[in-house]
Amino acid sequence: MTKLQYLSLTKGERALVNLGDFFKNFGKGFVNFFKSIPNKLLKFWNHTLTAPFKTLARAWSKGSWLVRGNFLVFGLYQITHREIARGILFLLYEVVFIWFFIKTGIPYLAKLGTLGTLSTTSHYMIDPSTGVADGTFTAGDNSFSILLYSLVTIFLLGLFVVLWYLSIRDAKSLHDNICVGRLSKNTQFFKDLVDSKYHTLLLAVPLVGLVAFTVIPVVFMMIVGFTNYDGGYRQTLFDWVGFDNYKLLFSGVGSGGGGVVTIFFKILAWTLLWALIATFTNYFLGMVIALLINKKGIKLKKLWRTILIFTIAVPQFVSLMLINRMLSANGFLTNLFVQAGWIKSQISPFQNVTLARVIIIVINMWVGVPYTMLISSGILMNIPEDLYESARIDGASSFKMYTAITLPYMLFITGPYLLSQFVGNINNFNIIYLLSKGAPSFNLNPNLGYGDPGETDLLITWIYKMSMESGSQSNYAMASTLGVLVFLVIAFFSLIFYGRSNAVKNEGDFS
Amino acid sequence: MAEKHFASKRFAEKSNRVLVYVILTVVSVIWIFPFFYLILQSFANYAVAGGADSSKLFPIQWTGDNYVALFTSTTRPFFRWWINTFLIAFATSALQTVLVLMTSYALSRLRFTGRQGLMKLMLILGMFPGFLGMLVNYYILQLLGLNGSMFSLIVVYVASSAMSYYIAKGFFDTVSRSLDEAVMIDGGSKNTVFWRIILPLSKPIIIYTILISFTAPWGDFMFGNFIASASQNITAADYTVAVGLYKITEQAEFGVFCAGAVMVSIPITVLFFWLQRYYVEGIAGGAVKG
Repeated sequence: MTKLQYLSLTKGERALVNLGDFFKNFGKGFVNFFKSIPNKLLKFWNHTLTAPFKTLARAWSKGSWLVRGNFLVFGLYQITHREIARGILFLLYEVVFIWFFIKTGIPYLAKLGTLGTLSTTSHYMIDPSTGVADGTFTAGDNSFSILLYSLVTIFLLGLFVVLWYLSIRDAKSLHDNICVGRLSKNTQFFKDLVDSKYHTLLLAVPLVGLVAFTVIPVVFMMIVGFTNYDGGYRQTLFDWVGFDNYKLLFSGVGSGGGGVVTIFFKILAWTLLWALIATFTNYFLGMVIALLINKKGIKLKKLWRTILIFTIAVPQFVSLMLINRMLSANGFLTNLFVQAGWIKSQISPFQNVTLARVIIIVINMWVGVPYTMLISSGILMNIPEDLYESARIDGASSFKMYTAITLPYMLFITGPYLLSQFVGNINNFNIIYLLSKGAPSFNLNPNLGYGDPGETDLLITWIYKMSMESGSQSNYAMASTLGVLVFLVIAFFSLIFYGRSNAVKNEGDFS
Repeated sequence: MAEKHFASKRFAEKSNRVLVYVILTVVSVIWIFPFFYLILQSFANYAVAGGADSSKLFPIQWTGDNYVALFTSTTRPFFRWWINTFLIAFATSALQTVLVLMTSYALSRLRFTGRQGLMKLMLILGMFPGFLGMLVNYYILQLLGLNGSMFSLIVVYVASSAMSYYIAKGFFDTVSRSLDEAVMIDGGSKNTVFWRIILPLSKPIIIYTILISFTAPWGDFMFGNFIASASQNITAADYTVAVGLYKITEQAEFGVFCAGAVMVSIPITVLFFWLQRYYVEGIAGGAVKG
């Protein structure tokens, strides 16, 4: 459509066209993402997968015997050619890994297929062969340890292969340099460490922490979704069950009329609705308040801002537990609602689905608006004043200026922030758990092992109930299965928005 | 005619401004009200029947006993909790700030293979419900021999610092690169750039990071509670305030909880207002690039 055609439309038609374009672009981004996959794979194959093998082949055929020695002994060439520090680090990892692999890795990896078969036995009973009851345990296999150690071994093995490759590549390039007469010095390693290889020095500790306390646990829990681990203290042995948990979730086993699958989709729908509403209400209300405070001629700007910051300063769990109390059956706010006639008797407002949802969204505004207010004030002050000046000369109303200048500018800059808020809201555990605990409940039979989900539960609180709160009925495997599903939902939205966001693409533009 | 037009316009502007003041006042009251209620209730006498009613704004019978109970009770050693949390928060804040700055600088300024991949990985990791990994975290702590003490929380908090690179990186991205180049031309290394250029220019973001990482342990209930209940070595005296306050709501009167909440909020609020300028600069300058 040309510009002229567009301008000839009425306002309503223009809005329709814009809406259509939005969805068209949305679809286009999605299609483009999948279209780009073959190309990406090709590039991955050429540059990432095959290139290392070429390097290895070259090192073997063109390198000296010491370079070839690196295929067996990490860092051999480096140690013999005045790169002692680097060589020793390579060698050290090789020695430590092989020791670990033989001593711990192999025994655990061998049991990974069955996750252990030997159950733990206690000697509280009199043992017929020895005639004693000493109350000790004969430790059997522990599936949890087997899975975890295997995982750690696999990670370390991956690192081993990478370092093996790097040590050879490094030896080859060192060899090439020496062939043309560029000898290296032992101190060069330390110089590189603060300059061209500075990132290794900076990222080493953060990455070790990330892998040990985030990556391994996340991968572990994803794998647990394919077992029947329940998380109880007594369960030492569990087994692989393949996709059984997924099948069970979607086959709709449940009490009464509503199966678990209906509950799952209800909670999923509420989670998405909540995330959308919570993100936008906070965003717009925060922006409106920021605009009001920033308005010319308004005095005491700092005071207004400071008052709102109070909610940020007080720990969130304190304010939420307080609000929870105010909304309990005989709470302060409940009484106010009764007096206002919104609810009939003094029961907790969380007994009514719609009311509970509205309250949660309103309280979330109370918690979140100060953040968006601060962020938007920062950006609002950055909008070039001459834009408004020229608009004013053209006779634009303040509402027009808002929709034509302020809003587009804000949306452009805060795109990634909105996305992170959306993801944060999908996983907003605190507000739901500390306010309503998911009430009103679906009254699902707790013996089914799905916890006690309720109408205002988000997927994340449901997972928490299933794994942490159900005591002997806890069901870690199912919780992990749900965790993977939550992850897929979020990844789906993020991929679409993140890939299309301008601020992400033009990372270097502002520097 | 023209004068009248101006007068009416000025009147419209003035009434407009009054309206804004009214809205801002209402908003402020709504935002401040729960804390007002909290402070009042912390002085209410819940120990006596009819001494207090949590559905009323003002206490029926005023008392300071709630605060006395906090500091004298042996079953609820609030002062110990406070000290525990302070130590944990202090150590976490110091270590985490260093790690966050290191990660952010590397991701913002250095170009190396896998940089984009690493950032995407951390984005993806953030989408998986973190507490499902708590069980594994606890097991890893056990392997390292660190379980059985609330101070192992420091390890857990600090270990995930890399994930919060986002704000500081956004800030570093806005520092002009020509400064780096000037240092490089004078023969400085990337290390020199970090110490001499980036850090001195990043005072707001450094203080912001310190503030955020210091306040987080005060509010973390989930992991604290998990560690506290998983180990038998941890007694009531070892709790953090978040865990302790939650236990108080389970067993004690509302008044004690309010008093505890006030005592937790005071140091953090003071800190916030003292460093407010940096907080605002940090959140506005780093969260979004503009």
